[in-house]
Amino acid sequence: MMEVKKMPVYSKKVMDHFTNPRNVGVIENPDGYGKVGNPVCGDLMEMYIRVENDVIKDIKFKTFGCGSAIATSSMVTELAKGKNVDEAMKITRNDVANELDGLPPQKMHCSNLAADALQAAIKDYKNKKKK
Amino acid sequence: MERIYLDHAASMPVDPRIINFIKPYLSKAGNPSSLYDFGQDAKMTIEGARKKIVDLINAENDKTVIFTASATESNNIAIRGTSLRNIKDGKEVLCSAIDHISVINPMKDLQKNGWIYNIIPVDNYGVVDLSKLEKLLSKNTIVTSVMYANNEIGTIEPIKKISEIVHEKGKYLHVDATAAAGRIPIDVQKEGIDLLTLSSNDLYGPRGAGALYIKPGVKLQSIMPGGGQERGLRSGTENVYAIAGMGEAAKIMKNEMKTESDRLTKIRDKLISEITKIDKSYLTGHPTQRLPHHASFRFSHIEGESILLNMDMYGIQIATGSACSSKTLEPSHVLIAVGLKHEEAHGSMVMTLGRSNNMEQVPKIVKAVDETVKRLRELSPLT
Repeated sequence: MMEVKKMPVYSKKVMDHFTNPRNVGVIENPDGYGKVGNPVCGDLMEMYIRVENDVIKDIKFKTFGCGSAIATSSMVTELAKGKNVDEAMKITRNDVANELDGLPPQKMHCSNLAADALQAAIKDYKNKKKK
Repeated sequence: MERIYLDHAASMPVDPRIINFIKPYLSKAGNPSSLYDFGQDAKMTIEGARKKIVDLINAENDKTVIFTASATESNNIAIRGTSLRNIKDGKEVLCSAIDHISVINPMKDLQKNGWIYNIIPVDNYGVVDLSKLEKLLSKNTIVTSVMYANNEIGTIEPIKKISEIVHEKGKYLHVDATAAAGRIPIDVQKEGIDLLTLSSNDLYGPRGAGALYIKPGVKLQSIMPGGGQERGLRSGTENVYAIAGMGEAAKIMKNEMKTESDRLTKIRDKLISEITKIDKSYLTGHPTQRLPHHASFRFSHIEGESILLNMDMYGIQIATGSACSSKTLEPSHVLIAVGLKHEEAHGSMVMTLGRSNNMEQVPKIVKAVDETVKRLRELSPLT
């Protein structure tokens, strides 16, 4: 007979990042800044990066949103820190969800915006560099 | 860690006295429709339970109450059963903007099938707008549904006044009393209620039973044809032990209503006065016309599912009307109806008290809320 296991809505990793989010805060005069989401929809993320020689040396975030919004923000900062900006640009929503051992299906779209916020910050950095 | 359960509106523990009461019925065979002796025992059990429900709401007689499997089923029978039966008199239905989804959805379904469905707006406290109600009513309005008290914001509706208005123009008033029954006195005769929904679990009874009061003379038809149980309005072999438990639960709730409501009101008021001291925190629902066990809030700049998860880390279970914790990903229709913006509705927290709660828990709860709000605001870009 198939065993029915109690499946928590969120994985242990999600709860860990929700409980102890990494890299919370803001960077004054950041090299790149990204903002995605909308409080009306229940999620808003701000991402700040400090870049040296195209490498993300420091990254901070602030997030308004549900458990997965906070956990994905925290996770993406861990994934991006120390990476070259072009490499970091390739981090996808799926990568973030996979690193967190998955997200509930209904959260994959609405609250999994952290990769978008990171990409927005990197784009901002590249735009500033061109000028 | 002590667990403090504050989500009695979602689910209630079954009263141990009721577990003992229903134990003998769990193992007994006996279909109430069978003529032999123990079939008739089961029938007597159900009739005994029916009397206790009649007593809780001061109904006219035993024939006015039918048992169902849930409040959702009662709401469906009330709304669809009367609308379909009285189709010659009109094809209009009406409900308040804060009614339960199991009232709203049957009405929406009727609308798809050609009925006119209108929504009665409420004020910022969630009280039904009586002048709008009057305007929306017509001689074609078969059912008007207004809940006795709301499960998300605790507001108690002026049912007697609503009944007077409904009966001037329309036909029947249905009242969903799931959240209110057993907590505040309900008198279907004095208040002029035609149909009233009750749920067993919301009275500390077992899940799997509900009831519908039907005033003598109200015409409705079956929406689920079958063996003709419960006056032909709810076919299907009766869930004898759940019904027995619901009856006993109603009896205990009635006997203990005054004492327990007074006790919970004090805890509720303390929670409200302490939690609204937090910066940018607000009470939702009516400050005085509210259920004795109900305290609901919203906090600016933070989101409800995060509040729920964070409170759970303190061993405290609360509810939220945030979109992020709902299946539809829409914020609570109740919070939107009372005029909150979406971003405000996202930051809601609902506490519903019960027998396991006491005044000693209040400082722990308040501290947990305070720390939760602080932590989530530190994370929020909106502060």
